Amino acid sequence: MSVELEFVQNFPCFSIMFCMFAGIISSAFKEKVARILNIAVLTINIILSAAVFVFTVNAGKAYVYVMGRFPAPWGNELRIGILETGLALFFCVIMLLSLLGGRHKLMQEVEEGKQGLYYVLSDLMLSSLLALLYTNDLFTAYVFVEINTISACGLIMIRQNGRTIEAAVRYMIMSLLGSGLFLVGICMLYDLTGHLLMSNIKIEIAHMVAEGSYRPPLLVTIAIMSVGLAIKSALFPFHAWLPDAYGYSTVSSAAILSSLVSKGYIFLMFKIIYRVIGFDVFHDSKIVNILFIFALMGMVFGSLSAIKENDVRRMIAFSSVAQVGYIYMGVGMGTHAGMVAAVFHVISHVATKSLLFIAAIGLTDVSGGSRKFIELTGSGYRNKCAGAAFSVGSLSMVGVPMFSGFISKLLFSQAAVQNTVKMLPILIVLGISTILNAVYFMKTVIRIYTPVNNREYSTVTWRDNKVYAAVLFCFVVLNILLGVCSQPIVDLIESGLMMFA
Amino acid sequence: MSRVKPEDEYKKTKAFHFFRWLSGEKDPYIGNLEMKPQKEYIEGKEALKERMRENRMVMDKVYNTRYNKWLLLFRRFYRIMAVLFCMMLAGLLLFTVSYLPPTGNASNPDNNEVAERYIESGMQETGAVNIVTGMILTYRAFDTFGETNVLFIATCCVMIMLMIEDEELKKQELTNDRRFEPKNDAILQGAAMILVPVIFIFGIYIILNGHLSPGGGFSGGATIGAGMILYASAFGFKKTQRFFDEKIYKVTKVSALCTYGLIGIYYYVTGANGWENHIPLGVPGHIVSAGIIFPINICVGIEVACTMYAFYALFRRGGL
Repeated sequence: MSVELEFVQNFPCFSIMFCMFAGIISSAFKEKVARILNIAVLTINIILSAAVFVFTVNAGKAYVYVMGRFPAPWGNELRIGILETGLALFFCVIMLLSLLGGRHKLMQEVEEGKQGLYYVLSDLMLSSLLALLYTNDLFTAYVFVEINTISACGLIMIRQNGRTIEAAVRYMIMSLLGSGLFLVGICMLYDLTGHLLMSNIKIEIAHMVAEGSYRPPLLVTIAIMSVGLAIKSALFPFHAWLPDAYGYSTVSSAAILSSLVSKGYIFLMFKIIYRVIGFDVFHDSKIVNILFIFALMGMVFGSLSAIKENDVRRMIAFSSVAQVGYIYMGVGMGTHAGMVAAVFHVISHVATKSLLFIAAIGLTDVSGGSRKFIELTGSGYRNKCAGAAFSVGSLSMVGVPMFSGFISKLLFSQAAVQNTVKMLPILIVLGISTILNAVYFMKTVIRIYTPVNNREYSTVTWRDNKVYAAVLFCFVVLNILLGVCSQPIVDLIESGLMMFA
Repeated sequence: MSRVKPEDEYKKTKAFHFFRWLSGEKDPYIGNLEMKPQKEYIEGKEALKERMRENRMVMDKVYNTRYNKWLLLFRRFYRIMAVLFCMMLAGLLLFTVSYLPPTGNASNPDNNEVAERYIESGMQETGAVNIVTGMILTYRAFDTFGETNVLFIATCCVMIMLMIEDEELKKQELTNDRRFEPKNDAILQGAAMILVPVIFIFGIYIILNGHLSPGGGFSGGATIGAGMILYASAFGFKKTQRFFDEKIYKVTKVSALCTYGLIGIYYYVTGANGWENHIPLGVPGHIVSAGIIFPINICVGIEVACTMYAFYALFRRGGL
């Protein structure tokens, strides 16, 4: 085999392997070395991903990278296009910001000797996310789903108190159920097609659909895989593990879990729709309508649970349920415009949710560590950076123009108008959900900016923790950038999805 | 060139106001914008008592199934529905299996060119007589590297859960190592004396012959790990620590995984770029043959043995 590759094209493989090396090596060292290695590997990954991103945008088409001497269908391979590299770059940036923003809490909340292990887990988490983004092989995807699940459990329970251990156990049970269903789906697909490589499965499935053979097992396979991934990404009726896992873990974990981990599985879902099952076959199977109904229910019930919540971290966690509902609604629309909106909402939610978690910790810190709303009164004055950042995040979530959330809602509505059957329910639920979002986010913003006197809580300025303030600033800029310069990003997503199929 | 503005002029700029707000000196809202502060809610003693009483009543009346028949009904309904749901899922899967291609049929979709190449040209392409090892360590080397890392990260998670960092507790665990078992059991020690060397040698044999006969790093490593567990339970941790303590554990594990990773990255990059591969395949059937499989099997074996023993030690006394 003599394929001439440019050196840049090796970078995806390098970035996955670098993360793994960093994880392995830092397990032998103390916290400080592990932290420096972690930051170094994230920075290197940002540079590598940016280089590959530029390369793919210039090349204008996706390329295949064979992992080893044997080409597919015999060996493993990666497939790299604009969407994958762009998301990889974005994920690395968000991971770096989340870890930097939550570092002071990590020092307080995690036992002295175990802080090094936190960085081991986050390195391996990043490697699994990158592998999920890049892989073109279903079984490789499953292996990295396993790594992802186990490291997510570790990230939840590394802050050891009763609630986090309970949350980790709950997460593990639900998540393993999801993995199990996904694995059963892979086994069935292998039995039906004889392949594990995504492109080959798609060809075989197209044959099967044309012949009309094996119809019931194919339908069950699609259903099982969708439900498995829906459990792992916390779609509405399967979201029971979510509020505790995001609400009580240390703040970096909450930001990483809510913004990156669930998005990794959602991206795998996109991959399965486009590359494994095929867009048309998936939409003819009617499973998509079930996902659509779950998504609409999630958008309403997630927000209602958030309104009832009296704990700010859990409120943000419940808002994730609603936002995941938005993404699955885009999938459920059954149009390419809907998929573009869903991908944009993935990006927008990643940027906003991590911002909200990181900002909320600044507010609770100046309220005596309590997350109850009554204690948070006036905390926006006591920590002005966190207050401003939280307001930006809230406005973005509600969908105020200028911020990223507005663009995704606009794209969803535009996609909805093109779909004659599902237009009415989408627009109605979108409206209801926006109002509910406004109710609980604006309630919080008003609460933190209500002046209160004679409280003994201390005031914190940005000089006290410069890294934290810088992280918040980066997040805010990212949100506004996504909201203001959305058109190039939407164009990139469109061409990325064209490449993806 | 930057120009220094006079103090009065600077005080009129937006930047001055912004930095004043940022540093917390003056808040533009206070006094300018009418915003009623919320009255602090002070709970009186009576109200507190009332709330406690209500709370208790709620706990009694709502969550006690003796009073709340609906809750009882709901719990029963929940259990029945759970059983029904599981049965439905099992039924659905069995129903699906009946539609799948029958096992062992020559015309099944999975009897395709993939399996054909693995079986027919596996030996000359990978140099391994054992096709399964050749498949998992050469054709699908990336998956297996991920799989080995699953073990690694599982150990990390168990360490987070069970590792004891507190010095006092550590000492206590060290002395109370055998709370529930007899110390120096003669039968166990006698059996272990004979068995442990045999188990170690057998494990090493399985690892080294992974590419020639059934076995390989995973099974051989598990065997060695079992031998170490037997040794530790017969002779105690003090004697085990003479040849395997936390430092040696870290060194062996990290070097094994790193070697595996380096071999892996060399293999992936040379393969993908079509560069020449300098690792010789050797003669199939010889002990040192099969290219990258032989060293990778050793690395996997070390990692699996370390994982097995670490699980045992961590669960037993929270440290290695």
